[in-house]
Amino acid sequence: MRTVAVVGASLAGLSAARSLRGQGYDGRLVVIGDELHRPYDRPPLSKEFLAGTLGEADLVLETDDEDLGAEWLLGARAVGLDARERAVRLADGREVRADGVVIATGAAARTLPGSEGLAGVHTLRTLDDARALRGELARGGRLVVIGGGFIGAEVASTARALGLDVTVVEAAPTPLAGPLGETMGALVSALHADHGVRLLCGVGVKGLGGETRVDAVLLEDGRTIPADIVVVGVGARPCVEWLAGSGVDLDNGVKCGADGRTSLAGVVAVGDCANWYDPRSGLHRRVEHWTGARERPDAAIATLLAGGAVEPGVPRPPYFWSDQYGTKIQFAGHAAGADSVTIEEGAAEDRNVLAVYRRSGRPVAVLGMNQPRLFTRLRKQLAA
Amino acid sequence: MIPACRLADLPRGEAFRLDIDPPVSVFHTDDGEVFAIDDTCTHQDASLADGWLEGCEVECPLHASKFDLRTGAVDAPPAKLPVRTHEVVVEDGMIYVRVSTDAPNLPPCVASRLAGGPA
Repeated sequence: MRTVAVVGASLAGLSAARSLRGQGYDGRLVVIGDELHRPYDRPPLSKEFLAGTLGEADLVLETDDEDLGAEWLLGARAVGLDARERAVRLADGREVRADGVVIATGAAARTLPGSEGLAGVHTLRTLDDARALRGELARGGRLVVIGGGFIGAEVASTARALGLDVTVVEAAPTPLAGPLGETMGALVSALHADHGVRLLCGVGVKGLGGETRVDAVLLEDGRTIPADIVVVGVGARPCVEWLAGSGVDLDNGVKCGADGRTSLAGVVAVGDCANWYDPRSGLHRRVEHWTGARERPDAAIATLLAGGAVEPGVPRPPYFWSDQYGTKIQFAGHAAGADSVTIEEGAAEDRNVLAVYRRSGRPVAVLGMNQPRLFTRLRKQLAA
Repeated sequence: MIPACRLADLPRGEAFRLDIDPPVSVFHTDDGEVFAIDDTCTHQDASLADGWLEGCEVECPLHASKFDLRTGAVDAPPAKLPVRTHEVVVEDGMIYVRVSTDAPNLPPCVASRLAGGPA
């Protein structure tokens, strides 16, 4: 293999580039990123960076003396993959020919239809998004967060600490029920009320009020919530439009084997855009976690360099964390499919728990609130 | 040298935190080696003694940065700066640590707290 193109220059793309060099690949390496920035760390964008306690230099993922010997094409958006010619086509007309392609184009924040062009309405995914939102939060006022998922909850927490008046609107009856289940979703979401943030559940958003700048969120039950700033945190969609017609199988992102291999030889996919097969459950799962973007490229690159001739291992159970209102929330495994969840340490009313999810008596997931030590032990047992 | 704990009281795969300032962690690996490094992750305030020990590597319990116990080097981000390593001496079944005289790489929030600034 003489040229490998890594399409995507965030954590998954950087990790893939590192894995390539780490596994001895010494050919030409091209990293293509649609943002202008060098790889940066996204988790702080909704927390310390938004709060102003971390600056942009703190987000840089590369170390000072790191040299991957890569050509960086930044501000360059991939618009097509020509499987026959083995070429990645860029929006500016350039083409990058490569023997191996790593798809790491990530996901983009979903928006609210009809909110385009209305000032004061934000999504939060990129550094530029975070810069814009940080500037607005600094002016204070009333913030309405649409979506009670992790991004929404973290933005609410940060904004509350900055002194804003915050309301979270969630369409589902219980926020975080998908990733955490009903019981624990309700427990983690109780942090909002604990800290003076209004949480409205089970009600959809009909639209936004305001002519040029947002001034309210209109709910489907007829209520109007006044707002100076609105953050839309309603999930992300995989960025795979550019692969249409390429021959790469798409199904909720790029459909992959248990090691990131796609339907095309010499093409692997990693990170948020990749829907990997999960041998533990027998299902494909698209995991949008930092740790997956960090760890899985190793396996995908091994497969790429070996021409698919390696036996995929079983990846560690997915792990993610969230920081809300000073509480460290950690989760590993899959809550879906659990038939019981029990608090094994701490107490719900103290917002300090270690909860184990089981299916037919077997642990399948673990949740920690301010329990890093025990959580790590259980996480390790889960992987065993 | 500072006495940490008895080797017999530290099973393989476990860590012991020495509550000095800044704290130091002693790790007993699955292969039976003993290492000491600064306990605080250089990325953010987390105790590496609470982390995931695998081989000669510890993973921060919060954000999954990895450090090499032998060198203190960062094996995986988000941390960028190494942790200090400390000399370990085992004598008569007791683990002792000779704390490095190098300056520690403490995370920004901890460094400013020690300096008396806002956390």
